[in-house]
Amino acid sequence: MASRDISETHDWFSDSARLHIKRRHAADRRLRLYGIGAIGLAIGLLAVLLGSLILSGHSAFVQTMVPLEIYVDPDAVEPDNVGGGNYRKLVRDAFQDLMPGEMSRTKQRAYLDMLSSGAPFMLRDRVVSNPSLIGQTVSISVPFADPIDQFHKGITPRDVPEAQRRVSDLQIGYYDQLLERGLISAPFNWTLFTAADSRFPEMAGLAGALVGSFYALLVCFLISFPVGIAAAIYLEEFARKNRWSDLIEVNINNLAAVPSVVFGLLGLAVFIGFFGLPRSAPLVGGMVLSLMTLPTIIIATRAALKAVPPSIREAAFGIGASRHQVVMHHVLPLAMPGILTGTIIGLAQALGETAPLLLIGMNAFITSAPGGLTDPATALPTQIFIWADSPERGFVARTSAAILVLIGFLIIMNAIAIFLRQKLERKW
Amino acid sequence: MLELVILALVVLGFIGFLTARRRVVAMAAESGVHSHSLPAYHGTFVALWVGLPALLLALAWLLLQDSVIDYLILAGLPEHITAGLDDARRSLVISEIRSIANGQVFGDPRPELVAAAARLKTWGSLAGWAMVATCAALGLLGLLLTRQRVHPDFRARHGVERILDVLMIACAVVAIVTTLGIVASLLFEAFRFFERIPLGEFLFGLNWEPQIAIRADQVAGHGAFGAVPVFLGTLLVAFIAMTFAVPVGLLAAIYLAQYSGPRLRTTVKPLLEILAGIPTVVYGFFAVLTVAPAMRAFGAAIGLDVAPNSALAAGGVMGIMIIPFISSLSDDALNAVPRSLRDGSYAMGATKAETIRQVLLPAALPGIMGGVLLALSRAIGETMIVVMAAGLIAKMTVNPLDSVTTVTVQIVTLLIGDTEFDNPKTLAAFALGLVLFLTTLGLNVIALRIVQKYREKYD
Repeated sequence: MASRDISETHDWFSDSARLHIKRRHAADRRLRLYGIGAIGLAIGLLAVLLGSLILSGHSAFVQTMVPLEIYVDPDAVEPDNVGGGNYRKLVRDAFQDLMPGEMSRTKQRAYLDMLSSGAPFMLRDRVVSNPSLIGQTVSISVPFADPIDQFHKGITPRDVPEAQRRVSDLQIGYYDQLLERGLISAPFNWTLFTAADSRFPEMAGLAGALVGSFYALLVCFLISFPVGIAAAIYLEEFARKNRWSDLIEVNINNLAAVPSVVFGLLGLAVFIGFFGLPRSAPLVGGMVLSLMTLPTIIIATRAALKAVPPSIREAAFGIGASRHQVVMHHVLPLAMPGILTGTIIGLAQALGETAPLLLIGMNAFITSAPGGLTDPATALPTQIFIWADSPERGFVARTSAAILVLIGFLIIMNAIAIFLRQKLERKW
Repeated sequence: MLELVILALVVLGFIGFLTARRRVVAMAAESGVHSHSLPAYHGTFVALWVGLPALLLALAWLLLQDSVIDYLILAGLPEHITAGLDDARRSLVISEIRSIANGQVFGDPRPELVAAAARLKTWGSLAGWAMVATCAALGLLGLLLTRQRVHPDFRARHGVERILDVLMIACAVVAIVTTLGIVASLLFEAFRFFERIPLGEFLFGLNWEPQIAIRADQVAGHGAFGAVPVFLGTLLVAFIAMTFAVPVGLLAAIYLAQYSGPRLRTTVKPLLEILAGIPTVVYGFFAVLTVAPAMRAFGAAIGLDVAPNSALAAGGVMGIMIIPFISSLSDDALNAVPRSLRDGSYAMGATKAETIRQVLLPAALPGIMGGVLLALSRAIGETMIVVMAAGLIAKMTVNPLDSVTTVTVQIVTLLIGDTEFDNPKTLAAFALGLVLFLTTLGLNVIALRIVQKYREKYD
């Protein structure tokens, strides 16, 4: 009866009612648009982030080089002291020969400054590894100094006043001459992957950071994988529900939310301060990272163990297996793909972690790749941090390139995890 | 040396495994009874007893070896070198001796130190070989003792399973030990800090200038440790991040939960999760490379003076990082609202927007609040973005265009390049770390409480 009263008093088709409905639908459309706008904004920002990194980083994957024919003069390099030869003079003379004619001292200095200060070391390394080159002519491509590199890539514009760029008009003149004779090339920058850190952007590479990150992740894996699985099996399969297991669980959940910099403080105070382990070592970095990865692996392992259906356990119990045998022989192997997926995702997080590594000193300036777990080293993210802090212009592109390499590794690791999840995980 | 120990233990363990297995099979055949446990369990039992105690001994040895040798070397130094030195000087002497022993000689070392370095070298290699010998002996002892227990009646499987139980419990306790380690190290160092700087000054002081002169002739501040400006800066940056991330994340979640079709959902959700997977150092560089210059240019265009490392740039980029946390937690909360509530609202003729505003949001509010609090604790604890994009100098300001500093920035800058644990500057980092740890822990506990309470209501 009540509805009839309403329909009698309320005209659903009056103008005011239509307007009211229209307004309600407009409000609905507005909320919908806000939602689309929010998603668009988030994805747009992701695109801007990646786009700006690619835009600034792509140029670091090539390096401006000049080919030199260098006669390794036995007078400059003595066979019994190969490492100590005067390679600087050899390289400079060879580079000078490219530009015939007399030069004043100022012009000569401007011209020679175009070459990387690291070029003599390249020649030295080549001759040291093969001393029979002494007395012969070596063909070697050496990099230009950073300002010329930036200029060749168009990052430093030509049409600004000379005072506002680091390349002088004189150098641009020489550059144009060399370019015209086809002596300037920009091949793929292998140095970025084969060299360790350097003060000169054109000589700096990621090899040390990659090896350091590898060692740290290795330690992290060796600790967190077995410990995480054992802890998860205990909590999921053996522990009785009591105060202790609750305490452990609360702890694991809290550890997952502790800020990473606090783990760095722990590493500094306990591993370095108390146990006296070396600073800047991948061993300590890996130990700190393993503590951070542990909750991820434990949570993933417990989920994977839970996903194994009870029928498997019951069948194993039914043929007389002990509790341990059920878990070790039947449940754990079936849960392995899920555990591996979680582990790889945990390691990917650890690979990008920076703050704790800064506190234990893995941001040192180290010009060679670490030879072992206790050698001082950097890691990929801390190398990014170091380069981002460097004043030289060339390091901007290199930082972006290093970030692209890091993101590349993260994509590969996550792709493996997704592959494992889709191909190996069984649906029951 | 550890490699040698492991090699020796693997060989011994393998021998133990094979002989025990053979022996139990032979004994069972001889006496004509079935063995209680499978032969492999007898072998494993022996191998575990060979390997585990000796391995634990080796690790403990390695941890203590250096400290013991240092102590012995210091004790062996002539009186006139060590007399009247405090701990810091002593450790300097030790590191000088160590670098001499490693062949890095700077200047003219005192002959006593050179002699000590030679001693250090011999003792080091002596200790290494002693460790190998002791561990191998312990392994051998384990082998001989456990081999005697091999018998068809011996319940080797139970023995093995008990050892595994102990190992698994030890691994599970690592989580507790880690928490205890964090709390203990923070408390210990922070306590030493508060011995020098009163707690009241730290918590309520308005002046933060931690750069203390180490030498008398250095130009530096006198050292003021009032952390209020640091806390204020942290809250300002976190607040900016949240004002950006909460509306965007929440609206995105509402759209994904209510309006979008399944196809859009399956493409957009992973894209948003990429934002959460990008390392924070990348966000930091993005803030420095793109966002801060853009904001500065924009500010200049409309006549505002924006600091190069403004709180706005750091907070805004942090907001981008936080979006996926808010959106995925809100999405879960919205989806957890029972279907009947939603359907009831539709049946009354409500539009989707009205259903969301008047039914779903109130019902999901505890879950969303929990997510926001978790995101806030993330924002307060976030380090790399602010280290790279925020300032170093503590200012009492809430102007988002100005440069401020945060707790995490101070922790990192106070500790980078400094190893001595005996001045207030480095200890201050631990006091800040303690505050940070307690704050984030508190936020997480509250957030989890809220979420759990809410779940109980509908399950």
